[in-house]
Amino acid sequence: MLGRVRRRDQEVIPRYDPGRERRAELRARELMRSVVAPAEYDMYAELGFISVDGLQPGSGYAYLLYPHRPIVAYATESGELLNEYCVAFHDDSDPALGSRLPDADDVLAKWMSLRAGERNLIAKANLHVPGRQLDPNQVRRDLHMLSAWRGRRRARLAGPS
Amino acid sequence: MKPGHGDVLLAEGDPEVAEDEERLVEAFRRQLDEGMWAAVPTTDGPRREAVMVRDFSEVPRDAERVVFFPPAAGG
Repeated sequence: MLGRVRRRDQEVIPRYDPGRERRAELRARELMRSVVAPAEYDMYAELGFISVDGLQPGSGYAYLLYPHRPIVAYATESGELLNEYCVAFHDDSDPALGSRLPDADDVLAKWMSLRAGERNLIAKANLHVPGRQLDPNQVRRDLHMLSAWRGRRRARLAGPS
Repeated sequence: MKPGHGDVLLAEGDPEVAEDEERLVEAFRRQLDEGMWAAVPTTDGPRREAVMVRDFSEVPRDAERVVFFPPAAGG
């Protein structure tokens, strides 16, 4: 029975159920919304990733947190891509459901780990030069989108001129 | 956090009540025994933060919740 797991009680659980995954993502987004700053949640909801500044004051770099993709460090002034940090949060406790967290949970796990201990998380990650897993041109487009998004948000918060 | 679910409520209660605290400590330990990481979301003015905790005694008394998630590993 490919793609399914039969439990002892004979309940058949589809390994991938789009409805279940959608509901899980909605729950994960609610959790994210209650933990991160409103701007960070809006960024995820509208762009699909979160940018987190390096935690040292005036660090001059930030991280892009994508779901189930490496963390990308970049220079905040120049937009130069610095490194990819490959890190995963796999939960193998229930094989019937797979090991992959909902997207928003994966991003939130990265966010909390960075906020609570940047060095500890970076030490656990596999470090690569930019371009190992993510297309650098796509990341640069994302940075461009982020800059435009921040501009629109500032204008919206400033109100009509 | 759980694959296929999002967040799942494991236990809730008032840590000032002995019976509740015992239940919370038990749930906390079970998660850490299973290898999960535990984080407490915090608010510092407009800034949102999180602290990792490894023992129930490290959870701030005024914490609203502890979020458990799988540990990070090199991807």
